[in-house]
Parts: sequence; C-alpha cells; structure tokens
Amino acid sequence: MAACGDAAMISPPPPAPKGIIRARGVSKRFGDRMAVDGLDLDVPAGCCFGLLGPNGAGKTTTLRMLYGVTRPTSGRIEVFGLDVATHSRTVRARLGVTLQESVLIEALTPVENLMVFGRYHLMRDAELRPRIDELIDFLQLGSHRDVPVRNLSGGFKRRLAVALSLVARPQLLILDEPTTGLDPAVRLALWTKVRELRDHGTTVLVTTHYMDEAERLCDRVAIMAAGAVLVEGEPRELISRLLARDTVEIEASEQEAAQLLSGYEESTNRMQAGNRAVVHLEDAAALVSHIRGRDSVADRRLIVRPTNLEDVFLHLTGMTLEASA
Amino acid sequence: MYARTWKLNLLPNFFEPVFYLASVGIGVGAYVQQMGGLRYVEFLAPGLVCVAAMNGASFEVTYNVFIRLAFEKTYDAMLTTPIEPDDVLVGEVTWAITRSMIYGGCFYTILVAASLAPLPASLLVVPVLALAGLLFAALGLAFCVRLPAIDFFSYYFTMFLTPLFLFSDVFFPLKERLSPAWLTVAEVLPLLHPVRLARAAFHGGAEPLRVAWDLTYILVLSALLLLYARGRIRRRLTN
Repeated sequence: MAACGDAAMISPPPPAPKGIIRARGVSKRFGDRMAVDGLDLDVPAGCCFGLLGPNGAGKTTTLRMLYGVTRPTSGRIEVFGLDVATHSRTVRARLGVTLQESVLIEALTPVENLMVFGRYHLMRDAELRPRIDELIDFLQLGSHRDVPVRNLSGGFKRRLAVALSLVARPQLLILDEPTTGLDPAVRLALWTKVRELRDHGTTVLVTTHYMDEAERLCDRVAIMAAGAVLVEGEPRELISRLLARDTVEIEASEQEAAQLLSGYEESTNRMQAGNRAVVHLEDAAALVSHIRGRDSVADRRLIVRPTNLEDVFLHLTGMTLEASA
Repeated sequence: MYARTWKLNLLPNFFEPVFYLASVGIGVGAYVQQMGGLRYVEFLAPGLVCVAAMNGASFEVTYNVFIRLAFEKTYDAMLTTPIEPDDVLVGEVTWAITRSMIYGGCFYTILVAASLAPLPASLLVVPVLALAGLLFAALGLAFCVRLPAIDFFSYYFTMFLTPLFLFSDVFFPLKERLSPAWLTVAEVLPLLHPVRLARAAFHGGAEPLRVAWDLTYILVLSALLLLYARGRIRRRLTN
C-alpha cells in the first residue's frame, strides 16, 4: 500500500506506511436492510481519502462504525491498528469528526463551543486556550469569535464545526459531507484548509457526493454503492483503468450512434443515456473527425471533455447519481 | 462528570412552589386552623421543598434531554469524542440532581428565612433533595427515551406529575383521609417517599422502618428505571 501525497517522493523511501484505517468484511444491518454489506477499506496514512457514493450508499453508517459509535453486525475494523470494537474510546481520542449536520450549541459563541468540545476531550485550560486561538486563526473565525453561533452564516458554522473536530489535534480527521450546501467560494476555502491539514500530516477521510471535488482534491477515492466499495484507487488511475482518458458526448439516438461509430477501429466504451451517446476513449480528436467525416447532420452537437469520476460511477453501477439518490 | 456550560435557564419552575406556599399556605392557611398537628403553612413547607426538587429534575430530563436527543443532536457530537453513551447518562442524571438541589435549596433557604424550617434538624432535607432529584431524573428519563414526539411531555406533566403533586402528602396528610387499603395503594406514588423523608427532617417523628422503606423505594426504583433508560439510550445513540 502506497503512502499518499508527497511523502512518498522524499528519499530515503519511508518504511511501508501502516494503514490508518483497515476494515474487513464489515456489514451493518438495520432491521431487514443491509446499510453496509461486506465492506473492505484501507486508508493509508497521510492521505486525503474520499469516500464517494450516492445518498443511501452507506457512507455515513460506515463512518459511524469507523469511530466506534455504531457497532458492525459483522466484520472487523482497525483504526490506528486498534480494534475499534474494544478500543473505541482510545480511537476517538485520536481522531476528529465533523458531522453532516452541524451540531453546534447555538446559544454559545465559537470560543465557547470550542471550550465545551475541549472539555469533552478532558483538555485542561492551559492547553485548551492557546489551541482555541490557534484554531480560530487557522479557520479564520477571528472576526466572529464572540458572536453567538445562531447569528453566524452557513460558511462560518461549517468552519467552526471543522474547528471543533480539530480541538484535540487528531491524527485522523473524518469529514461527513463537509461542503454540502455551501457556495463555491466557501467550498474552495474549506478544501484549501483540508489540504493544508493533510500537508501537515493529518490523514483525512471525507465523504462527498460531489465527484468533481473528490477528483481534484482527494489523493485516493473509494466509490461505494449499496453498502460496499466498488473500486478504490487514485482518481486518475481509476479513470484510465476503468474507462479512458477522454469522453465524447454525441447528440444521437442509439441507432444513429451505432452508424456514426461503425468503422471506427480504436476500442471505445459506450453508453446510451436517452438521446445522448457517451463514448469513452483515449483519443477524442480521432473520433470527432471520424464522425464529422461521415455525418449527414452538419451541426450535430459533440461535446469533448475529460472523463471524470462520475462517468466511472455510471459505468460501474449503470445509474446516475441523481437517479440513484 | 463533564463540565456543563449550558447557561442556567431562568428558574420559572422554581417559583411555582413559592407561589403555592404563598397562596395556599397564607391564604387557605388562614381558614385552616391546623393540619397534621401543625400550622398549615408549616405543614406545607417540607412537601413543597420536594416539589421544587421534583420540578428541577423533571424539566431537565424531559424537554431538555429530548431536544438534545432529537433536535440539536448534541449527543451525536459528544459521541465523536471519547465520551460514551454511559457518560452521557451519568452526566444528565448528575445535572438533574444538581438542578434539583438548586431549586430545592433556594426554596429551602426561603423557608429558613421565614422560620418555617427548624434548624439544624431540617438540614437533613438536603440529601433528601438529592434523592428526589435522582428519582425524578430516573422517571423522566425512562419516559423520555420512549417518547415518539415532544408533545407527549404534556401527558407526563399533567397526567403524572400534577396528580403526584396533589396526592403525595403535600397538601394534606394522607393517613388522616384515606382508608388503610388506599394508604397501601398510595405507597406506589413516587413523590410520597421524599415528602415523608423531608417531613421527618422538618418535624421529627421518623420511624426507622418507614425511613428504610422510603429509601429503599427511591433507590431501587431509580436503579431499575435508569437501567432501562441506559439500554434505550445506548440503542438510540449507537445505531
């Protein structure tokens, strides 16, 4: 298992880093529904790892099992090399979690919220106060440090929620849908902070259903559906392994598309979605000129773009994120 | 256990027994010559101290716990830290007892100031307040963890706490008004037991067997209810 980020490039080569998270055959049943079903997961140290999938894929349940609050029906989870089933308190002392819904105490200010969370970790004042100043600084909450949380904007609240999970200097930060519902500028700012943390050695595990964000910002991703990991790897590598570098979207019915593509030699991966044929291949330019050469419709719309993780997901599950949500 | 920084709510529930004492004790007391061998306002005092304690614990473990459980998700956040569900339970019970002692203690101080609480004997009521807090924390929690919606708490207050308040030896001595058979039935009333202990602290006349029974009732019932609440809270928070 390779280390993530730049650490691997620095010589001498570090000893094979131990995975921070290791899950084997983990299942969770709620009544007669399997929320998680035979999940295997390895998260290397120092990595920004994305857990992707549609709503209901089992991402949140997986996270809750990782930090030891939900008990798996079967399977084994190790975090920091410790069995979560028997060491949940120790494990949680060394990780931080930002939940999907911000669970701030609305009546209190950011500083007071941080104090409360520090107390949950049994931190002493002498250690806690400087840490709070540090976090207020790091997440740029200074202008509102003494304003009650109920008067803060969504972006501020989310940054504060992240600050709370960082109070006890976790080695592993778990973020559940941190950017959902935020505007693009705030999302970008938050991701910048997440990358900064990773660069300073914190392992980050983040769930999101924004595949484009994950592709740009995660070192590795695992795609989940129906409670299990379908594939895992670096985003680029997954795309080229499972599909191809380029994607051409052709405005055409299935028969039309078959006609347009006939005689084209290079191997392609094709899907039809309504009146749109989606073709994944290594060299889009060649296909475009092939189509233009034989097409009777002069102004047919062709869209050429890089293949993305959403295509991979579609390819693996045969469904779009929206449809499966 | 874990420091609580929730700001103290204003104490509206604390004033309720104070108003009762003023209205019933002074108003009705003017027409009632004696009750259980005492001036009426003196008779009321120990019972109302326990009512204050009951209110203190009850509001905390009903509305406030439910809101944290269902709406604010405070506990979900706590459980991302080294805190376990059992710590949450211990914290809530401790806090409910604390509130009972604050409510009951303030009321008791007023009684002392008004010379309605003989010193030093009545100081024994302080541990009784803690016991009342424990008992009503347990009762409220056991009810709270079963509740489908917050509206149902009005049942708890009007159908359970109010009758307790009225029929637990607070306003009139049960043993002078009820037949022996009904007196036995009345022993199931939770508030009766702390009230009887408080009355003994205020006015003496404690019978060892009865005190032992009251203590046993409070401790055993609290333990059973908390055990039940613990199971429910664990299941709720860890699924």
